[in-house]
Amino acid sequence: MSFMPEILWSDGLVFILLAALAVCAWYVRRHEHLLLPWRRVGQNATATVSLLVLSLFVIVGLLDSLHYRAALPENNTGETVYTPEVVSVFDKLVQPLRTQTEKTYSAPLAITLYAKESITDAQGNIMRDYPRLQFGGAHLSDVSLHDTDVFKRALLGAMVGLLIGLSIISLSLILCCVGNKDIYTQLIKIISRRGALIVATLIIAAFIGAIANLASVYHVLGTDKVGQDVLYLALKSIRTGLVIGTVTTLVTLPLGLLLGIAAGYLRGWVDDVVQYLYTVLNSIPSVLLIAAAVLMMQVIIETHPEWFNNSASRADLRLVSLCVILGITSWTGLCRLLRGETLKLRELDYIQAAQAFGVSSMRILTRHIMPNLMHIILIVLVLDFSALVLAEAVLSYVGVGVDPSMISFGTMINGARLEMGREPMVWWALAAAFGFMLALVLAANLFADAVRDAFDPRLNRAD
Amino acid sequence: MIAYLIRRILYAVPILIGVNLLTFALFFVVNTPDDMARMQLGVKRVTPESIEKWKQQHGYDKPLMLNKDASAMDKITDTIFWQKSARMFAFDFGESDDGRSISREITTRMGPSLAIALPTFIIGLMVAISFALILAMFRATAFDIAGVSFCVLLMSISGLFYIIGGQFLVSKVLHLVPISGYASGPDSFRFVLLPVVIGVIGGIGASSRWYRSIFLDEIGKDYVRTARAKGLPELTVLFRHVLKNAMIPILTGVVVIIPLLFMGSLLTESFFGIPGLGSYTIDAINAQDFSIVRAMVFLGSMLYILGLVLTDISYTMVDPRVRLT
Repeated sequence: MSFMPEILWSDGLVFILLAALAVCAWYVRRHEHLLLPWRRVGQNATATVSLLVLSLFVIVGLLDSLHYRAALPENNTGETVYTPEVVSVFDKLVQPLRTQTEKTYSAPLAITLYAKESITDAQGNIMRDYPRLQFGGAHLSDVSLHDTDVFKRALLGAMVGLLIGLSIISLSLILCCVGNKDIYTQLIKIISRRGALIVATLIIAAFIGAIANLASVYHVLGTDKVGQDVLYLALKSIRTGLVIGTVTTLVTLPLGLLLGIAAGYLRGWVDDVVQYLYTVLNSIPSVLLIAAAVLMMQVIIETHPEWFNNSASRADLRLVSLCVILGITSWTGLCRLLRGETLKLRELDYIQAAQAFGVSSMRILTRHIMPNLMHIILIVLVLDFSALVLAEAVLSYVGVGVDPSMISFGTMINGARLEMGREPMVWWALAAAFGFMLALVLAANLFADAVRDAFDPRLNRAD
Repeated sequence: MIAYLIRRILYAVPILIGVNLLTFALFFVVNTPDDMARMQLGVKRVTPESIEKWKQQHGYDKPLMLNKDASAMDKITDTIFWQKSARMFAFDFGESDDGRSISREITTRMGPSLAIALPTFIIGLMVAISFALILAMFRATAFDIAGVSFCVLLMSISGLFYIIGGQFLVSKVLHLVPISGYASGPDSFRFVLLPVVIGVIGGIGASSRWYRSIFLDEIGKDYVRTARAKGLPELTVLFRHVLKNAMIPILTGVVVIIPLLFMGSLLTESFFGIPGLGSYTIDAINAQDFSIVRAMVFLGSMLYILGLVLTDISYTMVDPRVRLT
């Protein structure tokens, strides 16, 4: 084999989550009453557009979660040896972005470095000028054509992207209308209802097309201090953000659910113990608790170098442990809400009736109480996601976030922060990190709002 | 009331013991003092003797929980737990790794922290409540939708961006106020202004949206309909009735924070170079000075519990139906 799959801890957890999500989706599809609120989400234009943006992020994140190690060229002993470097399928797809590194800073779309250097020209004269980049715009022999070339490529890319977007839309429209008697009215109906989504798809497709076409020959978002492409860094950061936002739920959900329901339903000493637990955890300022736990984790990792066979698995373990720590510190909110709701539910008539019929506690909990808590769980988890993505950046800045070698929004911001003081200023790395983070978090927040509106039983609806 | 307060303070004791045990477990059981010594000394200088010496210097050369060799009370008191953790109940935080008294540092650094945190809190609260009231007044209009969208946008921007962007814009482009630093006395205004403004803007999105939903919940209630039915103008309804009743849920979230203002803000203080407790904590985390982190954890949880008590007391002030017994 020319490669060896490498499943890091976080990859495994991400795919477990994906499988769980698929099972849930399959279950919801088969139950009309569960599907109803999702239909409401689907009718919301903002929600569908933000879901589109989110799914683009998720696709990048998932591709970036398929890791492998490539085989080294055959040596004379005949056995295949794999490189110690772990790369992902996404890395392979954007190979040029990853490997074409410059010497140091260069501005977005630039063809020269950002600072003047001494260059020896063909005649042997030494002069101070901006040296040409090794890769960015290397195809241009005439520097004066730079602007027109950028414009042409962006336009061409946007056109191709638009075409691809159009074909995707028409394909899905055809799929929607197949088998329908009155295709024309059906088509009009879908287009008028999905207008925002269609427009957004076209805009995003054109945008991605333009960026992709430019990225093949330029550094679209410039390069950082060691000459790495900033666009590549920003795209890689997506996975870190998504992992932190999602894998954490694997810890918060079981803890919050079990303890919250147990406290609310059983009351008595169980309730006292659970309340005591979450007051203790809540009373410690969360950043400090996370900092303390991460510092301890760091000491453990440092004292056990034999656990890891390469640096990627080490950084990955730190990421997973950060998720666990964030989960342990943030389950209290969910737990408190579920406890309160369970306390309310258990006094309702239908639960009392079930108890009177002699239904076992276990069955009451799973059949009658859990389904009525699902909307709270969903809303809290979706809202927590964006908070966690933002928290990662802050924690990495404080120095208790992900491993410094792991590319994330936090490490990008941390690295680029001091460059603001340079003269002339290097702004693109910061702008890229904040821009991508804003897109991700904004989409998640808008989607969370739509989910809450659709699931909140307090909002009585006529339909 | 007095009896209630005493009971609440007694309730706080087991929670503080829990916090104490938790931090003790995190800092000493998961990692032995040997590990800490190795971290502090660096890889090169680690010898068994140097580890012993470091532990002795910092008082970590004792048994963890129970000293079997000592006599009577010393069995418990001559241990790391007693010397390092239990002493914090008496506000004795000991010394940091560089030998300075942590209690002294805390008292001197509290001032600058408060100078930033208190104005940010008060102005932020007033701005957010007024904004939310305006949105509630124009509910279900284009202005309301635009306002809420604006709040979501503000919420989605990283707090780091506000600080870095604000610092850049005001101090470097416009040259209005110094970029960082602190001075005591009336001169401090120049240094405090920017962090406060940034703190207010950074917090406005989430809190306005939350207050708006509280106001809307209240507006849907029967007493509001009664007030309107008897012909009160909308402004009177909002300010006299809705605002007063909405104070109860708002207080739940807000009063808890007040004592924690002493701790300062980690990010703001470290970016603006303000010598408060927040930057003290960040420096301690970066230097891996565990005694400071431990002290701050304990202080923080104590202030949080104080906040819970204050919340209950504030209920009696805004809601005459609530009696603390």
